[in-house]
Amino acid sequence: MTLAGQSWGRYPITRQKIVPLIDRQRELPAFNGWALPYGNGRSYGDSCLNPDGTLLHARGLDRYLAFDPASGLLCCEAGVTFSEILDLALAQGWFLPVTPGTRYVTVGGAIANDVHGKNHHRLGTFGHHVIRFELLRSDGSRIICVPGDANGLFEATVGGLGLTGVITWAEVQLRRVPGPWMETESIRFNALDEFFALSAESSTSHEYTVAWIDCLASGKSLGRGHFLRADHAPGEPGAKPVASSSSLRMPLTPPWSLVNRLTLRPFNWLYYHRQRVPRRRAMTHYAPYFYPLDGIGDWNRMYGPRGFLQHQCVLPPSHARDGIAALLHEIARSGMGSFLAVLKEFGDLPSRGMLSFPRPGTTLALDFPNTGPNVFALLDRLDAVVDEAGGAVYPAKDARMSGAHFRKAFPRWQEFQPHIDPRFSSGFWRRVME
Amino acid sequence: MQRVLIIGATSAIAEATARAYASRGAALFLVGRDTPRLSTMAADLSVRGASVAGTHTLDVNNYNEHAAMISAAWTALGDIDIVLIAHGTLPDQNACATSVETALREFSTNGTSTIMLAIAIASRLKAPATLAVISSVAGDRGRASNYLYGSAKGAVTVFLSGLRQSLYASGVNVLTIKPGFVDTPMTQSFKKGALWAKPEQIARGIVTAIDKRRAVAYLPWFWWGIMQVIKNIPEFVFRRIKL
Ligand SMILES: Cc1cc2nc3c(=O)[nH]c(=O)nc-3n(C[C@H](O)[C@H](O)[C@H](O)COP(=O)(O)OP(=O)(O)OC[C@H]3O[C@@H](n4cnc5c(N)ncnc54)[C@H](O)[C@@H]3O)c2cc1C
Ligand SMILES: NC(=O)c1ccc[n+]([C@@H]2O[C@H](COP(=O)([O-])OP(=O)(O)OC[C@H]3O[C@@H](n4cnc5c(N)ncnc54)[C@H](OP(=O)(O)O)[C@@H]3O)[C@@H](O)[C@H]2O)c1
Repeated sequence: MTLAGQSWGRYPITRQKIVPLIDRQRELPAFNGWALPYGNGRSYGDSCLNPDGTLLHARGLDRYLAFDPASGLLCCEAGVTFSEILDLALAQGWFLPVTPGTRYVTVGGAIANDVHGKNHHRLGTFGHHVIRFELLRSDGSRIICVPGDANGLFEATVGGLGLTGVITWAEVQLRRVPGPWMETESIRFNALDEFFALSAESSTSHEYTVAWIDCLASGKSLGRGHFLRADHAPGEPGAKPVASSSSLRMPLTPPWSLVNRLTLRPFNWLYYHRQRVPRRRAMTHYAPYFYPLDGIGDWNRMYGPRGFLQHQCVLPPSHARDGIAALLHEIARSGMGSFLAVLKEFGDLPSRGMLSFPRPGTTLALDFPNTGPNVFALLDRLDAVVDEAGGAVYPAKDARMSGAHFRKAFPRWQEFQPHIDPRFSSGFWRRVME
Repeated sequence: MQRVLIIGATSAIAEATARAYASRGAALFLVGRDTPRLSTMAADLSVRGASVAGTHTLDVNNYNEHAAMISAAWTALGDIDIVLIAHGTLPDQNACATSVETALREFSTNGTSTIMLAIAIASRLKAPATLAVISSVAGDRGRASNYLYGSAKGAVTVFLSGLRQSLYASGVNVLTIKPGFVDTPMTQSFKKGALWAKPEQIARGIVTAIDKRRAVAYLPWFWWGIMQVIKNIPEFVFRRIKL
């Protein structure tokens, strides 16, 4: 079946054959050309696409192998989603050790991008909690990968962008929580320096920290926003969140982006001013706290048929303050503000993967509607700032960074290369290896 | 706790249904011909909450092995509240037209084997048990594209209608499930459109129909309307249509 494959950014749109995997014990189906595993398509750019090749759709590998409610050790197939894990484990007192901003990612996808969450400064990346997994290669071999093994396949596969083979199952250590509730605190701040002060103060006191930035503000208000910190908290265990399943949906793709110059300024202004008091505390259910966007099904359609582009970078601590200011200046100057601009300080725990994105420093995530060449030009200017600061751009959210930029920011790519399955490749990989 | 026997358990629709019962804490007995997949499923269903997940290997076309499977199921579960017969294949109509052997085997898989299993199981069930069998909308009227499959499913539908009457007084319910287009390995090569349903959706419909002790369930429900129209097209028109 040849299908137009899409990633979450709906850009680029490429054609490839999609072949479902349904039985982890079976050998890989026959395919022509390059193959690439595909999880649930929650990456934004082309790292989960394989133009003119084959996608091995792993979502059908969705069985559990074992779960021990006493120790929180979970063994499941790679197509199981975080949402399904929460459905199973939370009622028994266990939660994901690390989660991205959507629960609709698969375990395989989370390993292949070594995803991070708002507790990176405490618990590192998802890869830190993976005990072992099975890798199925195109030659039919199956390898149980554990950290520190001489073959290096664990370190190559964690953050390995699906290029080293198909992860069939993985064993993950979940973490204990008192229930589904979060004690949250939201603090308004007026400038970038205040963000760094709040972040430093909160990193020891709170497990989860993140900030939203009004990226249209400039001058004295540059970098103003809301700082959100939270911890798991005891509370009524059985309570259901309000509107937990996607009851709202974008039913169709509007002919042009709803996110544009007209809507961005009021949105950012309103978001900044929604909180009158400088500090607000609340008890929040985990679903709206961790996954606010999951409440609106297919929200990515609001960017219109041309899709949108994400840009997430990390800048090392030494250059973080000035580098983030420079990025925000560049965006404010372009007038192409981002709908959501998210800022967070990573911790120091070294990531396990050769190509893992998280590293010590500050990360800024942005998204822009695809309005054509001017956006690409802006993103190139942002890359130049990142480059100069010695930072990196996140492959899971990229559709356009240059090969030179990637190879400089991910210097272990040469050590990684021999681990690639000889019959695997992706749109992203061919692009950055050019 | 419900005790559930599922034949053709590795089918996508059956697996989704098994998960629904597992999350209710049911005791399950899974029958199919792919032994490794049955044990993969059993482990999965235990994690999902099944109190028991037994397995048994059977190719339904081996009629002389039916009785042993049925005894094994009753031994494992004690007694049985729900039986779901789900196995099936979607044969190539042309292959059935050119090979008697293929046609007989396919008719056996989709028709005769199901009927023989239903007979043997019905004699063991006690009120208020339910025997649920997956037939198909394809059994409502023969169409050029798959009338060997359709006639086998049609035989099952007619048989179940009679069995339902004959068991009515005993309090055992017989449910005929008629899915429309479902996105499963059986239909992998088909182009999918708006009428296609996911196995999970069909599974929810099956569980509800069993809970409510329905006689016939078109799944999703709108297939009842579509099939009313198709069944009522006069033959002199119908024979000219390509379906
Ligand atoms: C709203 C939203 C918020 C997000 N927030 C964050 C965040 O906070 N932090 C973060 O790190 N990321 C975040 N992301 C990105 C997302 O977490 C990653 O892109 C994730 O990897 C997507 O998982 P997936 O299962 O959809 O995989 P896909 O996007 O389908 O694939 C991702 C990669 O995994 C590989 N892969 C998939 N399955 C397998 C397998 N079985 N074996 C081997 N390789 C496999 C693919 O080849 C591909 O390279 C966010 C995305 C969205 C849409
Ligand atoms: N999909 C649809 O659109 C659709 C529509 C209407 C009705 N149905 C009916 O729904 C039921 C379930 O099908 P599905 O869609 O879930 O397809 P499926 O996933 O392909 O399941 C079919 C199952 O039948 C099993 N089977 C086939 N021959 C067998 C044999 N001789 N002995 C034992 N098991 C055998 C297969 O076992 P293996 O895994 O070992 O091959 C497989 O598990 C079938 O009765 C089908 O006719 C399906």
